[in-house]
Amino acid sequence: MLKRDKWRLFVVIAVVIIAAVVAYPIKGKVRLGLDLRGGVHIVLQAKGTPENPLTADSLERLLVVLRTRIDQYGIAEPVIQREGEDRIAVDLPGVEDPEAALDLIGRTAVLQFRQVLGESPRVPAQPIRSNYESDEQFQTAQERWNRAREEVDLYIKQMEEAVKGNPELLVAKSESGSAYLLGKQYVGGGDLTKAETNFDQFGKAAVSLQFNAEGAKLFDEATAANIGKQIAIVLDDMVISAPVVQQRISGGEAQITGSFTTAEANRLAIMLRAGALPVSVEVLENRSVGPTLGADSIHEGVKSGLIGAALVVVFMVVYYGMLGIAADIALGVAMLLVVAALIALKSTLTLPGIGGMILTIGMAVDGNILIYERMKEEFRSGKTIMAALDTGFRKALVVILDSNITTLIASAILFYFGSGPIRGFAVTLSIGVVASVFCNTLVTRTLLGIALSARKNHTL
Amino acid sequence: MATFDASKLNFQFMKYRKLLVGISLVCILLSIGLLFTKGLNLGVDFTGGLVLQVEFDNPVEVGSVRAALSKIGHGNATIQAFDDRDILLRFQAEDDDVRKAVLAALSSDIGPYKVLRIDKIGPVVGNELRAQATYSLLLAIAGILLYMAYRFRFRFGAVAVLSLVHDVIIMLGVYSLTGKEVSVTFIAAILTVAGYSLNDSIVVLDRIRENWGQVRAKGIVALVDNSINQTLSRTINTSITTLLPVIAMYIFGGEVISNFAFAFLIGITVGTYSSVYIASSALVEWYLRSPKY
Repeated sequence: MLKRDKWRLFVVIAVVIIAAVVAYPIKGKVRLGLDLRGGVHIVLQAKGTPENPLTADSLERLLVVLRTRIDQYGIAEPVIQREGEDRIAVDLPGVEDPEAALDLIGRTAVLQFRQVLGESPRVPAQPIRSNYESDEQFQTAQERWNRAREEVDLYIKQMEEAVKGNPELLVAKSESGSAYLLGKQYVGGGDLTKAETNFDQFGKAAVSLQFNAEGAKLFDEATAANIGKQIAIVLDDMVISAPVVQQRISGGEAQITGSFTTAEANRLAIMLRAGALPVSVEVLENRSVGPTLGADSIHEGVKSGLIGAALVVVFMVVYYGMLGIAADIALGVAMLLVVAALIALKSTLTLPGIGGMILTIGMAVDGNILIYERMKEEFRSGKTIMAALDTGFRKALVVILDSNITTLIASAILFYFGSGPIRGFAVTLSIGVVASVFCNTLVTRTLLGIALSARKNHTL
Repeated sequence: MATFDASKLNFQFMKYRKLLVGISLVCILLSIGLLFTKGLNLGVDFTGGLVLQVEFDNPVEVGSVRAALSKIGHGNATIQAFDDRDILLRFQAEDDDVRKAVLAALSSDIGPYKVLRIDKIGPVVGNELRAQATYSLLLAIAGILLYMAYRFRFRFGAVAVLSLVHDVIIMLGVYSLTGKEVSVTFIAAILTVAGYSLNDSIVVLDRIRENWGQVRAKGIVALVDNSINQTLSRTINTSITTLLPVIAMYIFGGEVISNFAFAFLIGITVGTYSSVYIASSALVEWYLRSPKY
């Protein structure tokens, strides 16, 4: 073996080992797009009105409202992000009922100040492993916490049962997991004119509120009736704060103080503004796929990929013999690299992306064909087999690069212009192109270098 | 090992260039004619609209689904049945009321079902996607033209891009003729074919460039014929290996992938032909009219 071949072999083995470590075990490692795992993708257009125009703040408010609602709904890994000036894209993986999700997201925010009639017991803080000495102790604490949570949930259920059929009453959860039994509404969000973060005389963060004349009157009555008691601030049926009334507030200006961090105070102020000046939304785009359809797609994609790969592998062996086997091994390495790169780059695999991978199977061996045909020509023109190998690779390389770069240009444009699933396709195709060039030029070269140096006088 | 020896091939491809280029021209004119008269069957991605795929718990008749939809004034919806329970519905309108009315009508008139897929595209997004698709197609062709101009002499780049434009127009023509739905994935396929169909042209052109020294001695026609023959096994084999998985996708891939694969199937087949005939014939004709390099 030549020294150069040893180096090549070393690089190839190192790359394969790294790729294998990244990709193994594959289960759960490749991030699947919504079209494969099932879920809801919605693009919302925020709509301003003359008295409530769209601003950076109104979009910020909308984002906070959406996040809160979606968290409440209990969806794992939601993605909520701004798109351009006035749009918001929401991805909800694994949601089975797109209708319910649409109802949840499409609503306009409703803010209420309501009477507090009762509160469920609070769920204690969840135990943290580092506070316990042994796993057993932590386990017992965890079980104790689970029981406590179940008790609270049961209590809340009973509260909900009790208010059924009474439109005056509402059971609303708070962010800490407890629930409030709420009575009548004192003031609505429309009467709140301002909600801002400021600092009290001790430098602690606080949220100041300002009501219009109607709101000031209603709030005055409410505070007068509730001194020493709580008033709940409810956004979209979720209690976002329940401050205790210290004194009667008549001027229409109130301040919520407490042990806020500045960030918490800011968030509360944004939520209050969200309810005071709600932004309505229009669903521009909604692509929802049920989980069964996604699973079917994966199944069919894998099946057609395997069949396609088998056909290519057989074709290469039948047509090119030993050279074909080397190409097939290189193809296997290329696919391993594609999967490893998808995982390492944290790209999302979509249904068109699977199509891109299968297409890559066919395109990956193209480079080998170009090299082999060139080698045959060189060999026929009287070169030794090793010289033919060298020249074949060298001369074919230019063509391989040229033809793959044009494919890369096309997929770069697709990535730039495309959205979601199409981007997934552009990514797998580009990764596939790069991986196949690597495998064509380095992996096959190494394999053939080793194999042919052992049998110098053979024909191709 | 028994393989056929490409060095002994000597097909006279260029002898038939006028006939085949003529056929291509007719195909292109027909495609353009179809595009202007019949047009493309644009999917909801581009027109805006609503697609619902539902799976009923029990087998249903397409007729009864249509009857249920007619009752609420949506009898003109496109209904496609994948099997006796799995039905795809397309509507032109996309507002939330339509979706709710349709789902309500299906559950009251036909029976329980599961919603497998909802695609709702507002007209604004549809227009945007259409603009994006057009830009990206033009940009891709421009980008490839620039790259080819940089890598090859101007004439070579120009004929390669000519064959690519030929492929794209014929692909669009086939879609217009068959009335297959054009979605964003079709645009992805067309761009990929644009990138890929150049591969074979590049192989042939690269060989013509390599053999160019013999142009005086042999004449352009023989030189191009030789170059095509020398690279023929490459052109055919690379196309076969790419078509094999594409055919597997077309047959076994399921609805979405299968549509995707159909576009590749057309594109790669046309692309292989055009890289042999269109690029080379254009080069020959150009040289015969003005013998420069």
